[in-house]
Amino acid sequence: MNYVALKMLFGDRAKYLMLLAGLTFSTMLIVQQGSIFWGLMTWSQSGITNVNAPVWVADSNINQVEEIKPLADTAVTVVRSVPGVEWALPLYKGVQRARLPNGNYEQIALVGIDSSTLIGRPYTVLEGKIEDLRSPEAVAIDQLGVERLGGPKNIHLGTTFEINDHRVRVVALIKTQKSFQNFPFVYTTYERALSVTPEERRKLSYVLAGPVSGVSPEELARRIHEQTGMGAFTEEQFGWKTVRWILKNTGIGVNFGTTVLLGFIVGMAIAGQTFYLFTVENLPQFGALKAIGASTGMLARMILLQSFTVGCIGYGVGVGLATLFGLTAGSGGRLPFKETWPLLVGVAVALLLICSVSSAISIRKLAKLEPAIVFRG
Amino acid sequence: MGDAVSQSPAMTFDNDSAHWLVQARGVTKSFGDGATRIPVLKGVDLEVARGEVLLLVGPSGSGKTTLLSVIAGILESDEGDVRILGASIPDLSSSEKTRFRRDHLGFIFQQYHLLPTLTAVENAAVPLLIRGVPKQDALSRAEAMLGSMGMGERLNALPTRLSGGEQQRVAIARALVGDPKLLLCDEPTANLDGETGHRIVQQLHDIGKQPDRGVIIVTHDTRIFEFGDRIVHMEDGRVDQIQHGHKELR
Repeated sequence: MNYVALKMLFGDRAKYLMLLAGLTFSTMLIVQQGSIFWGLMTWSQSGITNVNAPVWVADSNINQVEEIKPLADTAVTVVRSVPGVEWALPLYKGVQRARLPNGNYEQIALVGIDSSTLIGRPYTVLEGKIEDLRSPEAVAIDQLGVERLGGPKNIHLGTTFEINDHRVRVVALIKTQKSFQNFPFVYTTYERALSVTPEERRKLSYVLAGPVSGVSPEELARRIHEQTGMGAFTEEQFGWKTVRWILKNTGIGVNFGTTVLLGFIVGMAIAGQTFYLFTVENLPQFGALKAIGASTGMLARMILLQSFTVGCIGYGVGVGLATLFGLTAGSGGRLPFKETWPLLVGVAVALLLICSVSSAISIRKLAKLEPAIVFRG
Repeated sequence: MGDAVSQSPAMTFDNDSAHWLVQARGVTKSFGDGATRIPVLKGVDLEVARGEVLLLVGPSGSGKTTLLSVIAGILESDEGDVRILGASIPDLSSSEKTRFRRDHLGFIFQQYHLLPTLTAVENAAVPLLIRGVPKQDALSRAEAMLGSMGMGERLNALPTRLSGGEQQRVAIARALVGDPKLLLCDEPTANLDGETGHRIVQQLHDIGKQPDRGVIIVTHDTRIFEFGDRIVHMEDGRVDQIQHGHKELR
């Protein structure tokens, strides 16, 4: 009877298209909003992921990566003294002001990494060599920086500009993950970062640490916290801490959650109502099938097949449209759009729920249907 | 109609199941509860022999359709028993009744109830598909059945493209494709013109006259009385008269 079920579904073109539109819209809305939300969360962690260190050590009261509470310079040696630490290095991180060759100002996120090991360096170098950061006045600038500071014509290898009235020179063009604040990343050595930033009593933003072989980052972070009293987190822990802070302290979670919920409810309402109408309008036919010898179980399987078929098609079209949106509107990293497999699985589960509930309403109606209605003229 | 030649049969079953296709005894059925309770069947006795075409006639509200539903096992009687092919229908569970209908009964409805998105041949194949017959096999058997009813040129037409007579023939093909022993027809000519109705009832009569089959036709249509081996008149929930062979009564 699968054949009959599918012919009933596709044959009623108007209801099929209405169902498909509802489920497609629902899927697209959830995937699109979910991807933008997760893109934003990814951006919020870029201060961590761009640096790529196993363990981050910070002030014990730190809430998130952009909320920097400088440490005493001695923190580096204190961390090095913890058993299981293979290396511990200083990291500077802060928002500074860059003055462009044309006189304009631009905010930048300055990152100062250890000059001897260059641990914390960006993953991808597009042009130049990151090792050249050790040369005088050297900085590396990311793709957003190139764009913001005047474009490839004005910013290239050898270009000079100023950070807080200190002249710096571009020795490498790098690729980074955009930040939540959308500031360009500029990398330099830790020492140079200290020299180009205003005087403060403490300037050490973080201590980066790596474990010896046989010690996991989680274990190392636990030991550092227990023995120094400082906050110590693995890259992943720090990332989630940042995400939690943003969800708790901004309206982002509620905003996106509401939209996703709306998509779910709209999908449920349209699918449920249309399926119910579809069933009610075909009651005499379903009654005839029951009279002829189709069991309620068979009719339920037909309804489920119809529901999940249109659900699968709606899911495919919806995900396709959302992806197309991400590829066009989000091309070049202009929009935070990260479509992850857990999100797609989650949406599939949500759609499964929508289809199941919609089917259940119709199946309930069919289960109560008396086949005797077919004899009522 | 005044020439009643038979009274209701006795309240015991004749165990000659080789002769009787359907035996109903003391069937009662009411709708509603308490003060609004309406008795529709008030102890109906009825039997259909193998190879017999039985017409069930009577005014609206006399209980014809309810009796048909009870015989088909799609409506529970309050009391009494119905046996078809020796099986006691009230004793069957709901799923057993469904299987029994699937395997032994054929239905023709007044409103046809064809699936609007299925073609004529697909509609006719539905009972076989319900039984799990492979699609191609079911379609070819349905095609042969429709062909035998002069519908060979209209196999792929949707019901909306068929005339009333053609739709009824598709409904008959659907009822017959599974080779049922008992055919239950509810006002099969109600929506047809005289000539088409006559032709269709002739087909039903020919089917019913086969030795191991039987046909029950609920009708108001006096034009088709000549096709009945017996005509059972119902009145106020009871069998009022039974006529044998309409033609010879004239």
